[in-house]
Amino acid sequence: MNDSKNVKDIVRNFINNSINIDALGDDEDLFETGLINSLFAVQLMTFVERKFGVEIGGDDLHIDNFKSVSATAAFVVRKSSGQVA
Amino acid sequence: MNFKTVGVVGVGNIGSGVLASLVLHGIRAVAVDVSEKSLETARAGILQTVRLAPVLRKDAPKLTRNEVLERIAFTTRLEEVSTCEFIIENVTEDWAVKKPIYERLDRIASAGVCFGANTSCISITRIGSATSRPDKVIGIHFMNPVHMMPTVEVIRGQHTSAETLATLNRLLAQLKKEAIVVNDLPGFVSNRISHLFMNEAAFVFQDGLATAAQIDAIFKKCFGHKMGPLETADLIGLDTVVSSLDVLYDSFKDSKFRCCPLLRKMVEAGHCGRKSGRGFHVY
Repeated sequence: MNDSKNVKDIVRNFINNSINIDALGDDEDLFETGLINSLFAVQLMTFVERKFGVEIGGDDLHIDNFKSVSATAAFVVRKSSGQVA
Repeated sequence: MNFKTVGVVGVGNIGSGVLASLVLHGIRAVAVDVSEKSLETARAGILQTVRLAPVLRKDAPKLTRNEVLERIAFTTRLEEVSTCEFIIENVTEDWAVKKPIYERLDRIASAGVCFGANTSCISITRIGSATSRPDKVIGIHFMNPVHMMPTVEVIRGQHTSAETLATLNRLLAQLKKEAIVVNDLPGFVSNRISHLFMNEAAFVFQDGLATAAQIDAIFKKCFGHKMGPLETADLIGLDTVVSSLDVLYDSFKDSKFRCCPLLRKMVEAGHCGRKSGRGFHVY
């Protein structure tokens, strides 16, 4: 089961390790701030699928699902609970 | 008249990107490479790129796996590009590899078909000389990731005709891309300059002046570049960067293009950048 705190930590770690910034706010918009580019967005989505065993389906293909640490974690938790149910 | 089928020869990093871009714009493709393994890697990469494209571009169509695979014929037989209306070549940056491919393509493709050379540094005039149709050979330097980058560097070789440029512009219009057309000398504008940046950044790293992250951060945070030189080198592939530097060095015989020894050592160690999971950064 992917619980919210755990997921957030893993996502935050992945982003921090990849883009090497010191203090990333969980709600900081990664795209608006220019912190990440389109290449990294694909890496993040691929990571989320592999790490948490969720699939980004046709209806999930929206940047809002991955725009911040919080948004990405919430997406994972939503998809995971959907699968359990 | 719109292009319906384009041949893509060489399906590494950039070739796969070209294929994804073609498919996203409704153009069929014949994808050629030397091994089934390369084709399989490309197939997986293209499916992932196309599937996630709508997140990054609102205008990208949502295509199913089958729709993507139906639009691309993967093959190890170069002859299968014979029915294509335009051919884009993206093979290894090595004249000994490229030359025989162009000689074969010249025999395989119909007389009116143009060849787009997606080369990093090799002169388009030189490539044209390997064919009987130098007027129909033109350089197309796609940028990575191909489906996201709106602009390409287009290179007019010594004999490239105005008709060929017009033909390429039609294809680029279908791909919703704009061309910046330049003249031909090895490395053109982009790589002749960018490889000096990347090579010198590798020397700076080798000399222990700064970490890779710091070097990239100076370009991003001080110069406002979207990416630093070392992460750009990792993205291109350090093997390709070394090959391009070697072409520039051989072409100009100018020591400013000498390849940083550390770059060559990293390639020999298999640390070729993003595609191999490790280069100046770890992926």
